[in-house]
Amino acid sequence: MAIGWYLVVSAMIFCIGAAGVLTRPNPLVILLCLELMLNAANLALVAFSRLWGGADGQIFALIVMVVAACEVTVGLGLIVAIYRRQMAVNVDELNELRG
Amino acid sequence: MSAVLFFIAAIGAITGAMGVVLMRNPFYSVLALVGHLIALAALFLLLRAEFVAAAQVVVYAGAVMVLYVFVVAYVGGAEEPDTGFPASAGSLRVLGPLFAFALAIELCIAMLGTALKGISGDGAGYVFGFGTPKEIGRLFLTTYLFPFELASLLLLVAAIGAVVLARRRRGLEGPDEAFTQRLLTPRSLLTGTMAESTGVRSGFGTEPDRDSDSEAERPNAGAAADRGQGGW
Repeated sequence: MAIGWYLVVSAMIFCIGAAGVLTRPNPLVILLCLELMLNAANLALVAFSRLWGGADGQIFALIVMVVAACEVTVGLGLIVAIYRRQMAVNVDELNELRG
Repeated sequence: MSAVLFFIAAIGAITGAMGVVLMRNPFYSVLALVGHLIALAALFLLLRAEFVAAAQVVVYAGAVMVLYVFVVAYVGGAEEPDTGFPASAGSLRVLGPLFAFALAIELCIAMLGTALKGISGDGAGYVFGFGTPKEIGRLFLTTYLFPFELASLLLLVAAIGAVVLARRRRGLEGPDEAFTQRLLTPRSLLTGTMAESTGVRSGFGTEPDRDSDSEAERPNAGAAADRGQGGW
């Protein structure tokens, strides 16, 4: 398969994830959609790595996975802390810091 | 053959992504993301990135998704009120999908008009050993040693941060009145011993309500008494 097809799939997944981040009110689902966007970027990186024949893109993809794991850990910790304080787990209502 | 596999995996990945966004229940969103990740691992395999595909399945679909499932089960995946997809809350619900659609068209135009001639081909010729753990490990320990060490530091910071964020903490609800009162009450000398705090010996010349402390607050009371003797 041509590399372009992989990039098209990556672009579609990224846009679906962006739509999810913008529309869903639940922070858990927003984190899931962020994962989607990071994975789309990973797919593009691995596709480019195949295009050039070097493994550097795959290294980059692995580092992105590490960063995504860290982001998930801290984000889920925040959600648990929000839930413990009996606040609504809803980004539309968590607006006390809005200027 | 590879074209058939590509289309199966690509359709699976996009369906999984749609499922994540469209499912009302966060639990089903997590399950859809697991399917999406496995389809994406198949795409990685087609791109001959074996180690990344394996890491994707083991780390993402295995470990990170378990974390998600636990948190969804803890927080309780409350179903959102079903008001149709463009929910009533704000214009962002309507503009969001439009924005994403515009972004998709933009990216497709960028890909059609690219000067990269290689993307219509199959990529560079396959060299034996490309994308194997051996090759990845060699790069991680030579060229990319610093990012590798930095990643381990980042993981440590994230682990500590998550523990600090999610722990059961006291003091956020404001000062504990009874505890402060106990700290400020003047006490006579020779009181506040370890024996008193564990309830073996009653207080010597202390206020009578000390004995009515609940079992759970006794260590606190002992600490307060010790501090009272040492400090004041």
